[in-house]
Amino acid sequence: MKDEVLILGIESSCDETAAAVVKNGREVLSNVIYSQIDLHKLYGGVVPEIASRKHIEKINQVIKKALEDANVTWDDIDAIAVTYGPGLVGALLVGVAEAKAISFALDKPLVGVNHISGHISANYIQDKNLEPPFLCMVVSGGHTHLVMVNDYGEYDILGRTRDDACGEAFDKVARAIGLGYPGGPKVDKLSKEGNKEAIHFPRAVITDYPLDFSFSGLKSAVLNHINSSKMKGEEVNVADIAASFQDCVVDMIVSRTMLAAEEKKVKDIALAGGVAANSGIRNGLKNACAEHGYNFYCPDFIYCTDNAAMIASAGYYEYIKGTRHGYDLNAVPNLKL
Amino acid sequence: MRLLAIDSSGMTASVAVLNEQGLMGEYTVNYKKTHSQTLLPMIDELLRFLEINKKDLDCIAVSEGPGSFTGLRIGAATAKGLALALDIPVAAVSTLEALAYNGISSENIVCPIMDARRNNVFTGLYKWNDYNKSEEPEIVMEQTAMEINELIEKINSIGEKVLFVGDGIGVYREVIAKQIKVPYNCINDVMRNQRASSVGAIGMRNYNNGILTHGDDFEPVYLRLSQAERELLNKKTGKSE
Repeated sequence: MKDEVLILGIESSCDETAAAVVKNGREVLSNVIYSQIDLHKLYGGVVPEIASRKHIEKINQVIKKALEDANVTWDDIDAIAVTYGPGLVGALLVGVAEAKAISFALDKPLVGVNHISGHISANYIQDKNLEPPFLCMVVSGGHTHLVMVNDYGEYDILGRTRDDACGEAFDKVARAIGLGYPGGPKVDKLSKEGNKEAIHFPRAVITDYPLDFSFSGLKSAVLNHINSSKMKGEEVNVADIAASFQDCVVDMIVSRTMLAAEEKKVKDIALAGGVAANSGIRNGLKNACAEHGYNFYCPDFIYCTDNAAMIASAGYYEYIKGTRHGYDLNAVPNLKL
Repeated sequence: MRLLAIDSSGMTASVAVLNEQGLMGEYTVNYKKTHSQTLLPMIDELLRFLEINKKDLDCIAVSEGPGSFTGLRIGAATAKGLALALDIPVAAVSTLEALAYNGISSENIVCPIMDARRNNVFTGLYKWNDYNKSEEPEIVMEQTAMEINELIEKINSIGEKVLFVGDGIGVYREVIAKQIKVPYNCINDVMRNQRASSVGAIGMRNYNNGILTHGDDFEPVYLRLSQAERELLNKKTGKSE
């Protein structure tokens, strides 16, 4: 094995077209993201067909820019890593077909990467010394997983959501209080102006599965609160709702993470995924870790949202383990971790 | 000169290699596996069989649409990835013109019909006048999405004999039989669907005429907005679907 392994990562699972070059799984040489978010705002959420159309339009430019920014040529690239799931099937297919064609044309190994594994691996980029085993809380628009990272690319899912993903709950509540899409950052911002103790929303617990999550009940509780306030002719304080809702989410995430950490006797706890950019969740988990004596890790914002550097990082560890995919690699929209 | 042609716009996955002399090889599959699983392995196998090093390819001809949105994008991403990595141009070929090419020996108007659901077809009207068949066809009607009834009315108004090609034959055979007032034929089943050799033949013509696209700029021709865009547009103009 060479001392330096350069992986080109490609990511198109949702509404970000991204490519990146990463050295040895940890050092980001380039990280190019074309975000379509403004396009989807018009529709109040990601429209799969529009996302897929945009991916095909931008993908070559994004890849070229990633090579350019990294100041490398195709010859320097050792392998192509691509997200093949989970995600929107039409969107995933663009990245997968593109990556396969490049891998074929240049006789470079192809490594399919799980998007969630990518989010977790963003922590390897952030902290060069972090090594498994550790516990990772993955929160994003589509996923909520409490994961035990036993080794690189080897995971046990300890807890998962039974209904909505964490980010979905933010979007739905944001819509209910008139904040628009995407909801996460908007709720986060508004919550700073509200009183988190103003309303007590229920902290759902799943019987016999203390590490699992449920957010749909919380969303309903928020809607019920708004409706009953309106019926009583009371003024609805949206900042208080945002703050109390976010506090409830933070509480659920922190309590389960601490429970799992105790059970698994870990030292290190990481946060990952797009919703990891939420200041409430970030600070809540950070403080809890400090209080209980765990090391806390969390990627910078740019590595929390969908990006290809995290895919290249996860791809690197798969590559050195010998994982290779064939030209028949397909997109798997519900790919399991 | 080696040109690789790709068509994944419909049910059939098809790849072909052409050179100056004509067709070197073609691999066409109409089976249950998805294009994502079949297309690149087919290219790999065909090139190996023809002993062609992919670095010796000069151009990628690709069926640009209309067709299945996802199918078109699998073909497009494959073509774009190959063009990017091999640094060669793309020859974009209308799927409908390529289908019309299946009927190139016909003296009549050729009408490709691709099922676009809800009684709609992607279609156009072409006539291959040039004896050597090396030139562009006469376009009697530009490619478009329209209702099958509307298309037949149009054909009736032209009043010339027509040859139908494309997967729409299977869906609309009876509608056509009922409504058409001019003499017509439906191409035989084996010649009915998309084939990369036809895409390649037109791609070769475009290549020779210098009508090429940079892989970075290539995108499918859908002929239709996404459903979400249509609904938004209808809302704005007060129309309902």
